[in-house]
Parts: sequence; C-alpha cells; structure tokens
Amino acid sequence: MSGASFQRGYNALKEVIDAPIAAFFSSCVHCGMCAEACLFFTETRDPKYTPIHKLEPLRKVWKQEYTFWGKLGRAVGLSRPLTDQDLADWESLVYDSCTLCGRCSMVCPVGNDITYMIRNMREGMAAAGHAPKGLIGATRRAVTIGSPMGVKLPALQAQIRHTEKDFGVKVPVDVEGAEYLCLLSSMEIMNFPEYIGSLARIFRQANVTWTLSSEAFEATNSGIQIGVSDIAAELVQRIVDAAEALKVKAVISPECGHAYMAIRWDGPNLVGKPFNFKVQHILEVLDELRSQGRLKMKDKEAQKLTYHDPCQISRRGGVIDQPRNLLNMVADNFVEMPETGKMNWCCGAGGGVSSNERADDLRLKAFARKKAQLDAINVDAVVSACSNCRIHLEEGLEEYHMELPLLSLTETIAEHLAEE
Amino acid sequence: MTETEFLLWVRGPAFSIATFIMCAGLVIRFLEIFLLGRKADLAEARGSAAAGGFRTLFRRSVPDAGSFERSGFTIVSGYIFHIGLFIVIFLFVPHILVFEAVSGLSWPGLPSNIIDATNVVTMIALLAVLVHRIKDPVMRLLSEFNDYLVWFVTFLPLLTGYLAFHRIGLSGAMLIALHILSVEILMILFPFTKLSHAFTLWMARWYNGAIAGYKGVQS
Amino acid sequence: MSKDKTLGETLRERGISRRSFLKFCATTASMMALPPAMIPVIASTLDKLRRPSVIWLSFQECTGCTESITRSNSATIEDLIFDTISLDYHHTLQAASGSAAEHAREEAMQENHGNYILVVDGSIPGENNGYSTIAGISNKDMLLEVAAGAAAIVAVGSCAAFGGIPKADPNPTGAVSVSDLVKDKPIVNVPGCPPIPAVITGVLVQFLTFGLPELDHLGRPAAFYGKSIHDRCYRRPFYDKGLFADSFDDEGAKKGWCLFKLGCKGPTTYNACATTKWNDGTSFPIEAGHPCLGCSEPDFWDAGSFYKALSIPTEAIGKTAVYAGAAGLIAGAALGASLRARKQSAVKDHERVTIDDLDQES
Repeated sequence: MSGASFQRGYNALKEVIDAPIAAFFSSCVHCGMCAEACLFFTETRDPKYTPIHKLEPLRKVWKQEYTFWGKLGRAVGLSRPLTDQDLADWESLVYDSCTLCGRCSMVCPVGNDITYMIRNMREGMAAAGHAPKGLIGATRRAVTIGSPMGVKLPALQAQIRHTEKDFGVKVPVDVEGAEYLCLLSSMEIMNFPEYIGSLARIFRQANVTWTLSSEAFEATNSGIQIGVSDIAAELVQRIVDAAEALKVKAVISPECGHAYMAIRWDGPNLVGKPFNFKVQHILEVLDELRSQGRLKMKDKEAQKLTYHDPCQISRRGGVIDQPRNLLNMVADNFVEMPETGKMNWCCGAGGGVSSNERADDLRLKAFARKKAQLDAINVDAVVSACSNCRIHLEEGLEEYHMELPLLSLTETIAEHLAEE
Repeated sequence: MTETEFLLWVRGPAFSIATFIMCAGLVIRFLEIFLLGRKADLAEARGSAAAGGFRTLFRRSVPDAGSFERSGFTIVSGYIFHIGLFIVIFLFVPHILVFEAVSGLSWPGLPSNIIDATNVVTMIALLAVLVHRIKDPVMRLLSEFNDYLVWFVTFLPLLTGYLAFHRIGLSGAMLIALHILSVEILMILFPFTKLSHAFTLWMARWYNGAIAGYKGVQS
Repeated sequence: MSKDKTLGETLRERGISRRSFLKFCATTASMMALPPAMIPVIASTLDKLRRPSVIWLSFQECTGCTESITRSNSATIEDLIFDTISLDYHHTLQAASGSAAEHAREEAMQENHGNYILVVDGSIPGENNGYSTIAGISNKDMLLEVAAGAAAIVAVGSCAAFGGIPKADPNPTGAVSVSDLVKDKPIVNVPGCPPIPAVITGVLVQFLTFGLPELDHLGRPAAFYGKSIHDRCYRRPFYDKGLFADSFDDEGAKKGWCLFKLGCKGPTTYNACATTKWNDGTSFPIEAGHPCLGCSEPDFWDAGSFYKALSIPTEAIGKTAVYAGAAGLIAGAALGASLRARKQSAVKDHERVTIDDLDQES
C-alpha cells in the first residue's frame, strides 16, 4: 500500500464531488449566515470558523476540476492549484471546529448542506494524512480491537455480570432469532453501564426478545468521524454480519449520536447494498412500545427537566418527536430549551472532536452556547440520548461551575417502570 | 457611431448576443452540476425525499427565529434588495414590454413613481450590503473579487435606470442605451459568476431538502 | 441681389406697425427662451438689417420643408421677413427657371461672395454623382461650389441635417448629409421631418440677430432642440404614473394616456414640438394620439419600428433564447459527460484506505 499522500487525498476529493456539492458551491453567495449558526464561531467570534470557509480546499478542487472556467483558469495560471500545505492548514478547521452538527445546513439561505460537504472533505484530508492524531488512534483501536476506547469482550462480559446481579435481569448474548440485536457504545459500557440494565428491564416488561453479539457489540463508527468510508464500511460490515448470522428483525442503535447516523443512514451506502433488517434508534423502539401500551410506568420524574437533542439523532437523524413523547410520559415538568428540536445547539463534542485532545480548549469554549441555553430555562436536570453528549455536557458544566445532573432518557424510563 | 446607432446596436445585436450567452450559459451551468449525479440512497427511507426537496424550495426563504436574531441585518437588507429588484425589474411597464416581446406573457405594472421610489430604496439597501461586506469580519474573510464584481454589475442597472428615468446627465438616447448595456453586461456575467445562484439555489435547496426529507427531517 | 432698404424700412412701408413688429420680436425672444431684455436688441438688429442674400439649394428632398415654412397661417410677419430676405435662388418659390435661374444663382454668389447664407434641404448622393443633378451639375458639386462662398450654412430638414429618408436602409443613392460633405463652414442643422415652421424662421432670425447660435452635439440650435419631447410632453404625468395606452383608440388612448407602449420616441427625441407645436400651436403628433416618430434625430427611419416601444429589443429574442437553450443542452451534455468521466476515473483510481495509511504523514 502506498500510505497517505497528497495525491491520494486530492483524488479522494475529486471522488466525493457530486451534483449536490456542485450545486452548493455554485449557490454560495458569501452571506456569512452559516457563521452565526455554528457554535464554534458564536462563542469565539473568530471568522475562520465560518462553516463554508472550512471547505475552501474542496471548493478549489470543485472549481478547478469540475467547472469549465475553473479548469481554464488553472491551465492559464490565473488560479493556484491546491497544495498539501493547504490541506495541512485546514486540518484543525475541518476536525477541531466541526462536529458535523448540521445547524449550518439548516440556516443557509441558498440551501447548502455544508455538513454533507465537511463529511466528504474529510475523505480527502484523511487520505492525505491530515487527520488528527487522537482520532487516528481511536480509529486504529476501533479497527484492530473493535472499540475506539479499546474495550474488549472480557470487559463487556464483566459489565454484563454486574448488570445481571445489580438489576436481577438476564442479558442475552448471541441469541439467534431474537427480535432485536442491540449495539452498545464503548462510552456506555465503560461509563454508563446502567444503560444495559435499563434495556433489560424495559424489554422484560414489554416482552421484547433481544440479544447482544459477542462478535459485534460496538455501535460507534470512528470511520465516519475521521471521514474514511473504507474503514467505516469495514466497521459496519461487522454489524451486518452479526445481524444476519443471528437472523434478527432489527438492529437497535444505542444512546450514541454518530453511531445512529453510521448504521441507520450511512450503513447500507457504505457496504453497497440495502440491509435485510431494520435499523432503529432505541428511542424509536421505546416510543413504539409506548404507543402500543407496552410500557407500564409507576410514577413520573418530578424535577424540572429539559432535553438536549443529540445532533445526529434529532436534526441529522430524524428522531425528534419520539424523545418528547417519551418525556411527556415519564416527566411532569418537561420544558424545551430555547431553540430546540431540529434547531437545538450541539454539545460541541461530536464528530470526532471529543477524541481530539488538540480541540479540548476550543470545545470547552464552544460549550458556552449550551450553557446560555441552560441559563435561560433554569432546570433541575438535563436529559439526553447520547452518552458522548452526556460526558461532555458534564465536563462543560463542571468547567463553568454549574451543578446539573445529566440523565439518560432510557435509564430514566427504566427507573420509573412499574416492575413486579 | 451616432447615438441612434449605439442605441440601436444595444437594442439589437447586443441584446441577442447577451441573451444567447446567458441562456446557453445557464443551461450549460445546470448540466455541469446535474450530470455529476448523485448516488442513490440505499438506506430505508423514513420520509419522502421529493416532498422534502419540494418543501425546502420555499421553506428556506423563511429564516428561523434564531437566525433572524443573529443575522438580522443580512436577512433584512437581503430581502429588501431582492424584493426591490423584483419589483423594479418585473413591475415597471417599459420592462414588462420587454418580457412580453420575448415570451408573449404580460402582466400589469405598478405606477412608475412607485417603481422609482423602490429603486432608490433598493440602491440604498445594496450600498448598505456593500458596507457590511467590507466591514463585517466574517464577510471580509469570505469575500473575493467575484463578490464585488457581482455587486457592481447588479448596482449599475439600478443606477443607470434611475438616471434614465430622471433624465440626468446625458441625452435621452444615451441614457437608455447605457441602461440597456448595463443590463446586457449583467446578463453576460450571469452564468459565470455567483449571480447564477438565482437558478442554482433551487437545486441546492432541493438536494438539501431531499437529503433531510429522506430521513424524515423538515429542513 | 442685396437691396438698399433695411428690413425696418420695408416693414414700415408695408404698413406693419411698430407694435406688431415688437410683438413679433417678443414672440421670437420667448421661443428662444431669451429674457425680455433681449427684445429691444432683437428689434433694433432686425430693424437695421440689410436684406441678406439667401441661396436655397434643394437636393434629394420631398419639398416638405418648403411646404412647412409656407404653411404658416398667421405667419404674416414671417412671410414678410421671408420676402425681405433676398431669396435669390429657390426651386419652388422662384419665378425664373432653366438657365435664367442658374444665372441668378451665380450672380448672387459673385456679388455677395463670403456673405450669403446657404440654406440646404434634401440629402446629397455622396459618391455616385449621377443620381441627382440640377442643370447637369451633380448635387455634390453644386453644394461644394456654393458652400465655398457662403458665410454659413443652414441644413433644413432631417435629410439635409442627417441624410433623412433617402439615407434609410438600403440607401440606394448613397445619400449623405450636408455636414458629411462640407467641413470648413459653420453648419446649423435644423432637423425635423419637416421642421416646425416657427423653428426654421426662428433659427434664421436668431442667426441674423446674434450670429451663429449655440449648437448641441448634433449641430442643432440648443434654443429649439435643447429639450426632449418627453421632458416637455403634456402626457408626461401619465408616464410617471404608469398609465399607458395599449392600442390606438383604446380606453387609455381616449383618456390621453402616455403613448410609450405604442412606440413613442419622445424620450430620445429633441425638438420643440411639445411646446411650440404645429399649425400655430394647434397640436402635435402625440396630442393627436400618435406616438412621436423621433423625426429630428439621425437615422430615425432605421431606429427600430415606429410602433415598437423604446425598451423592446429589435431582434427576435424569444427565438434566440430557444436556440441558445438548445446549444447549451448540446454543449452542456458534452461538458457534463466529460466531467462525469473525470469523476469516474477518480473513483477508479481509488486505493482502499486502511488504518496504516492514516498513520503515515505524506
């Protein structure tokens, strides 16, 4: 293999440009509205964080390869071709200051899906060797060990044993013919193992058959975050193989934003064919159970709660109403954040940013946006459905000296189940 | 060349050339984009891509409340000059006659003095937009020659139109000829600059709405 | 032939009162937008005027300009002034004919060499001198010969001033204007098809009184041609309000609305029609319901249809747009195909990226 090189990166950029991207670059009128939608800009006021600006190298490639005048301009020396230094200069813009949250794509007046373009630009950045070290490390662990945090099967098995003991539940593994194959994020396994117990309790009450897979328990996909579809496909294939081997009806993506995007929306496109099983987010399944009357609650949360929309689940994933239905079932005092639902603000840590130590300071600065939202509504606790959001909201709150518990929606529901 | 000959050339061959370049250029631009194609989405759809695309075509013109608060100037000034351009171009009777001559379609116009006032407001909005582009740090970083050129060729027809309507500075024939010429320059540059956004934004909005609509998100 | 009596003496002989004479001078002054203080100047100058010699050459013309001057109704004063100008040569108005007429011309030229006024109407074939001749002399030769000894030249009518109808496409005679041929004499263009009678005489009076008038960039006296029809038109408020007649005799036309849509060339035409009007101030084309043709402007016959509004392109734009679209489809398809091919070749050149590739810096 030839290793990372500018030539491979440039070629990758050429590959990803399609009609949508060409339409987007043609239509951008440099109005700057995307900047005001991006928390990295709003909390630093540094113009270089303007979303469309992060795409300059990709735009150059589009112009010089796929437009008549652009190609002519380069041929006669009127415009400078892209260089490796350009990609190096843009690395921190593309990886440190973008979580692929998608707000810019919602506000652009000419309709540009800037997020889509950043995702695609990362293909070229990574192939040219300009991805952040931290993210490369997480990806290496995901490929070789099976988890970006390095969680191996024994560790999971230990957590399963704890869960079964603590909650008096059975956690099925490798059960063929179960309705659902459940995936887990490393973050949940290591930091929030109560999630596994919650699944067990809820499914027991609702009479749902489910299973984990010892071959493919990891839901997160570093390949998506670093922007290498080849690696992302390899990771998805593991899940597909397990789902097909266990003959499940559907795969459930856990409380993790990018995992949902990776398996639900990118998955079939990465492996090149449709799945012969459904993919659902846990919130979708829970909401289905709720609407079928299969969830019996004993009481509700009394404290004043709000919901933080994980970007990849709500805005980019389409699971917006379900958490609200569930919260209205389980909470008495649920208030929305100002700017909520598909326009909620990112926690600042998705899209690979949390794996990138270089981006720590910037990430914590950007958290001020979420803080401002919380300051406006004065709640007792924040509920979310992504463990990465949870961890980094906690970190941000600590940084800003705020006391506010972060709750998982699945765990909260499990807490209030009417169990015998 | 006499003034009459100049006016005649501007109304004649120059207009034909500008029309040809603009129409051919826009079609080429569209195909240049469209033929790059888009991979089919193999994930199971939650909503309708087409419905999403169609909805976003229009919905994107209405900014959300948060954007309005943060980018208020850009939105308001942008709306003023776009609506102003629309009124001045499409609702002034001498212009409607041009559209009628080209397409056979006609519609009622507004009183000319209202058009004149609208023109002034539009020019002021455009000047404000230019000042903002020069002073705002984000726009300064983003802006390049193309942005200023496009501003100028958009402003020029408004200015020459104002001078022609008010008969300022030159003879009647020259004022009208320069105004038509400034429009022809705009037409020629249309497919090759950002001005093409007037047409390509419908593609961009469509793709954006389709991608989101497929997932069941209203973008 | 110059006469010994002054203009003033002649007028008094004919019984024109001082009061009437001064009234004429006042009218003339106001027509030229001159202040009242100029009236006595005009009066005293005209009074002392010795009858200048005027030679009127008619070339490729329709005689409309002569008809215009002689059609003045209350033009008693003008008539008289004309009578008292020594009109030594004029095809239509002179009594003599044949070689006697030509002889009269030559005599006048000799006697008043350097001082006579040359008035020209009609255009001149610029190259082929056989198209229009008088007594065997080509128009061009006669013009140059007579111009040589003239004090100044007045080109009356659009034909003499700009070439007029003979010059209109395809211009079979190669017609040109006076100023195309004569380069070394002051020329005053008095265009119009025909010019307004009072304008013709007004220019002559102005010239006789004050010398060469202030001319615009087309050689027209600014006093009469300084404002456009549009800027003096009584229907202008309708233009400003956007009320236009859509066709002849429709409701708008009957209400006297602006005739822009019917092709009025008022905005690009400079003349006194809207103020001085025709037939002693009776009316002018727009007032009669017909759009201005722009007849005092160069090449007005070829300036796009009389009935096509000024804003409308003269060529078939709709068709051009369709052809352009078709051409764009072909070129765009070819270009798009080549771009697609380039993208496919990039996809083909794709080397699978592994985790090891990422670790190596380029």
